[in-house]
Amino acid sequence: METISTVDLKEVARQYEAAASRVHKRIVVCAGTGCMANGALQVYQSLKEAIIKAGMQEFTELELDVHDDTKKTIHLTGSGCQGFCAQGPLVNILPEETMYVKVRPEDADEVIERTIVRDEIIERLLYVNPVSGERNKGQLDIPFYKLQNRLVLGECGHVDPENIREYIAHGGYHAARKAFMELSDIDICNTVSESGLRGRGGGGFPTGRKWNLTRTEPSEKKYVICNGDEGDPGAFMDRSLMEGNPHRVLEGMMIAARAIGADEGYVYVRLEYPLAVKRMRKAIEDALDAGVLGEDVFGSGHSMFIHVMEGAGAFVCGEETALMASIEGKRGMPMPKPPFPAQKGLFGKPTVINNVETLAAVPLILRHGASWFNQHGTTNSKGTKTFALTGHVANTGLIEVPFGTTLREIVYNIGGGVTDNDGKVTHEGFNAVQIGGPSGGCLTEEDLDLPLDYDNLIAKGAMIGSGGLVVMNKQSCMVQIARFFMNFTQNESCGKCVPCREGTKQMLALLDDIIEGRATDETFELLEEVGNVVKLASLCGLGKTAPSPVLSTIVKFKDEYLQHIRYKHCPTNNCKALRSISIDPEKCIGCTACARKCPVKAISGDKKQLHVIDAAICTKCGICFEVCKFDAVVGFN
Amino acid sequence: MKYKRCLCTILIQAKVKTEPNKNLRQFQQVIEIIERNNHDKARLIPILQEVQEAYRFLPPQVLTYIATALNMPVAEVYGVATFYAHFSLEAKGKYIIKVCDGTACHVKGSSRLLDTLHSKLGLSDKKHTTDDMMFTVEAVSCLGACGLAPVMVVNEKVYGEVSARKCEEVLTEIRETENSLAIEQA
Repeated sequence: METISTVDLKEVARQYEAAASRVHKRIVVCAGTGCMANGALQVYQSLKEAIIKAGMQEFTELELDVHDDTKKTIHLTGSGCQGFCAQGPLVNILPEETMYVKVRPEDADEVIERTIVRDEIIERLLYVNPVSGERNKGQLDIPFYKLQNRLVLGECGHVDPENIREYIAHGGYHAARKAFMELSDIDICNTVSESGLRGRGGGGFPTGRKWNLTRTEPSEKKYVICNGDEGDPGAFMDRSLMEGNPHRVLEGMMIAARAIGADEGYVYVRLEYPLAVKRMRKAIEDALDAGVLGEDVFGSGHSMFIHVMEGAGAFVCGEETALMASIEGKRGMPMPKPPFPAQKGLFGKPTVINNVETLAAVPLILRHGASWFNQHGTTNSKGTKTFALTGHVANTGLIEVPFGTTLREIVYNIGGGVTDNDGKVTHEGFNAVQIGGPSGGCLTEEDLDLPLDYDNLIAKGAMIGSGGLVVMNKQSCMVQIARFFMNFTQNESCGKCVPCREGTKQMLALLDDIIEGRATDETFELLEEVGNVVKLASLCGLGKTAPSPVLSTIVKFKDEYLQHIRYKHCPTNNCKALRSISIDPEKCIGCTACARKCPVKAISGDKKQLHVIDAAICTKCGICFEVCKFDAVVGFN
Repeated sequence: MKYKRCLCTILIQAKVKTEPNKNLRQFQQVIEIIERNNHDKARLIPILQEVQEAYRFLPPQVLTYIATALNMPVAEVYGVATFYAHFSLEAKGKYIIKVCDGTACHVKGSSRLLDTLHSKLGLSDKKHTTDDMMFTVEAVSCLGACGLAPVMVVNEKVYGEVSARKCEEVLTEIRETENSLAIEQA
């Protein structure tokens, strides 16, 4: 690729469009982590071979000076996450917007021959709506996409993340140019404040105000940090953005840097996201080559350099002060605030630290204006929010909706309904939604019509967090879920402050008592009391919110807790220690298979006689259940 | 800088005396990594990451070496190495199997996968690596592929919607590759 020597964005865009207009069809293969795991790369390779076999010309990158109209040109490209992970690998064919789902490498020849050459649609590769059973042709028809409002994710899944020209042709870096050449730092802070953008990482602090605080700090050296340490289990919005549109994130960082007067930035990415690391690094290299980043950006006299820092596996590093310690090469432990990062941040200098999604929204605000952005959303929560929709729901994947959308819309209309443990859609299955990961809480049936925004969720004891939305069906034990999160935070507690280090440990022990049948009413009271102490007395955000999953389930699922405690009974039969295992006398034929296999000799009974389990000896390991061919062992799920 | 280099040399010489060739080779890589990172203390984490990639774990003598080269207390380097989950002070197997235990994977039965792997490989929550140094099984926090839950990663390869049976298939597949490798070598 030749370097774009003088950064004339309009010229780059014009050339690109001229080249794109000569393309007969554009085939976009989703190359997000999800689709790659399902074999997207093999599909890509087979499509490439099939195009050549069909005698057409294929380009993986648009050559700007090719004038060959004798053959039909096909532009084959990979893209970032298109969002519909459950249906991967996805292949999107433009300009018709035909979307094929679950494509296998064997399908490549047929796709080229029929859809590309003869303009036919291959019915069997279309998405089948699980509710109505009808086939939908593309993103414009599939309810999962139709009901979303993809602004921040807009170009994600359309542009090739590894091609800076495509991003520029889609309007990229124009906002950064405007920020460096036309606007003053105060203008930028004011526009962002006016847009009502709030931090998407969890806290929801107004971005414009944060920038303004850092801008006014007198210092020669300042930093911008992009927080891509998306540690919440069940969240992958930031990963998808960094993989799918890394240049947008860089552009957001450049604008932030201009607004506060910084000339250096760090992108902190989790090491669990190797593809995101790779794509961010490539984007930075290309931006340097293109003259978008580096010395004298756009000839403005300002310089800007960005580095990628790979995390090393610590959830607490998502906390801003801990993250900065980690960049400095120390243990990632949080510091008391104040001083805030705006005053004393990375290497002691004023620092703005924003979440990936927040930064990705910024170029849009400068491109289209604050009033365009704040027309979306509710009074105090402006714009759109991406959610990672996962768990027991038909359409798992990445979605983006305006603030104020109800849970019902998300779970039933976009998500396609709740599924049972076998993956079938059920109508009565909804139990709860866990939102905001280990810092968040649960929402239940009564909250289905609550408009989702920052303040409504806080009032319900949950939080938007980074946006992980895990749907749970009626077969999920909520005490187990609470224990799962407690186990997570207890493991991830950095150990600096006592309330979090010891409190989470005690809470986990109390939860273990409950699910293992040792609990009394006192356990329950103590759990709530310890939870409140941890919440009040911990040093950082991780500790302060660690008890939320427990405290929220205690309120919403009190009966379920009490069943475990008073009657030693798990209503969903998930708690191993509380299961009562027995042999159904109607079904047992006395084959002795279970008795022979039982590792603790808890089963007795003669040949062709009814067998019995001695509950006092039984360890509930489940071997008898597995070996019984007559389904006579009952009590396991 | 001079002082640091000097110490490095002394350390190398000390090591060379005991096991000449092996240790010289061993430390050569560390030296290169530290040089590449300009002896910068702030780059301790990238240094440890690169060292771990080269050695597959962080041997104690290497940690001491790094501390000396960067002119920092060994305790501080040790503190960082033990703080982050990614760093391992123990040798890991040839195949590192990571079972995702994020929320989505958890509700879709990741613990069943872990049980299967543990029982098939004779491992437990305490014992992570098989005696033949072939497999290491770890439960890890969210890998961000929740749409495919439950997820398992073997070295770099991601497997989605993994069932207990698929787990066994993957293990068999690896064993077969290893066997044919062994035959080829013989």
